[in-house]
Amino acid sequence: MAIELRTPLSVETLRGLHAGDQVLLSGTVYTARDAAHKRMAEAAARGEALPFDIAGQTIYYAGPTPTPPGRPIGAIGPTTSTRMDAYTPLLLRLGLRAMIGKGLRNPKVIDAIKESTAVYFAAIGGAAALMAKCVTACEVIAYEDLGPESIKRLTIEKLPLVVAVDARGNDYYKEGPAAYLNFLSQQP
Amino acid sequence: MREIHASAITEAVAELCISTNKHLNKDVYQALGSAMEREPHESAKETLRLLMENAQVARQESMAICQDTGMAVVFLEIGQDVHITGGSIDEAVNLGVRRGYDEGFLRKSVVGDPLSRKNTGDNTPAVIHTEVVPGEQVKVIVAPKGFGSENMSRVAMLNPSDGVDGVKGFVLDTVRLAGSNPCPPMVLGIGIGGTFEKVTLLAKKALLLPLNVGNTDPYYRQLEGELLNAVNETGIGPQGFGGQTTCLGLHILTYPTHIAGLPVAVNVSCHVTRHGEKIL
Repeated sequence: MAIELRTPLSVETLRGLHAGDQVLLSGTVYTARDAAHKRMAEAAARGEALPFDIAGQTIYYAGPTPTPPGRPIGAIGPTTSTRMDAYTPLLLRLGLRAMIGKGLRNPKVIDAIKESTAVYFAAIGGAAALMAKCVTACEVIAYEDLGPESIKRLTIEKLPLVVAVDARGNDYYKEGPAAYLNFLSQQP
Repeated sequence: MREIHASAITEAVAELCISTNKHLNKDVYQALGSAMEREPHESAKETLRLLMENAQVARQESMAICQDTGMAVVFLEIGQDVHITGGSIDEAVNLGVRRGYDEGFLRKSVVGDPLSRKNTGDNTPAVIHTEVVPGEQVKVIVAPKGFGSENMSRVAMLNPSDGVDGVKGFVLDTVRLAGSNPCPPMVLGIGIGGTFEKVTLLAKKALLLPLNVGNTDPYYRQLEGELLNAVNETGIGPQGFGGQTTCLGLHILTYPTHIAGLPVAVNVSCHVTRHGEKIL
């Protein structure tokens, strides 16, 4: 039932996804959260290149626990995406293709998602040990001084995701509860 | 007069930082299980099952349940007849946090200044609440607090005329505004009464209470039940994608208050609600 996808995600692939679809994502994603987004926005404002080529890429809003010995990564669930809303339209204009996080996005981000034909996926908040099992490799590629907030390139294998906002701007955070309440109202 | 060395506090804090972050409390785990059984919405049921599986994996593989291993909130209940030797109590607590977060491979999530925001690198300082109580024990409670949920917490100074309906309305508004952000299913700590700072402390302490035990006061036990039903009727559900299980449990703590006031606070926590204690 879950759709298996591999990065880099093409615009046609993203057009085919609908809010509420379950996805298993494999390939490469880049972690970045509050501090890294601020630095990237500042770099862009100065006309500098971002620390990685963002075109067509997927960002995972995550700051993992330190890596225990013998493992590729520590616990790594999603962080609340709305804190990155201020920076997201810019990154989408620069070519960002998909984001993984959790929680609502603001209307400007949803508009930007529609304009760029991007998708916002949700990972399960608080299932950080399970998420860690989906990561097979991790490399810090920028902002190492930020510790847990550094930009890391992750190789992931079948990370379970839900399409939270599809490329048409349909928002499963609105549709999901509405569908449930509707289902309830139809119970005897 | 009983002497306790500060190093015992350090050791207890370090141990509890690790255990609370890797072993989900039994009452929370059981609440997830009961919720899963009652949940009529299939996708919500599956999410709850995955959350339980996550807790098992975390325990078995000694991993943090959630990557937000929190800012350390530490409660110390110090017996009046105890003399603590070997240095500053606060320093002993912070040393315990530093050690626990280092040895447990827990995340360093604290910035030294709220505006300049440089990470302190060791998850200190903790937020420490100290009370002096009768007796000659020291009780150490460590309750790491993640900020996805903390950020959704709110406090209001209601009018006494707003009454219990005003309180219910405030709790429900808080839940609706929080929505998916605090990783539902949530756990709620509610404070009513006191002063501006007291009511928020009541709400935080209410998060330490076991989920399967209701308020000792019948009036508040009933109010807890009504609020829990009302929150679950929002349909927000696990992860905010719809379902019956928006809240695993909630507790109310109260304190006398001023004739002109009705302070109320809602401290939102997620399904990874963590607290553990040791008595020295």
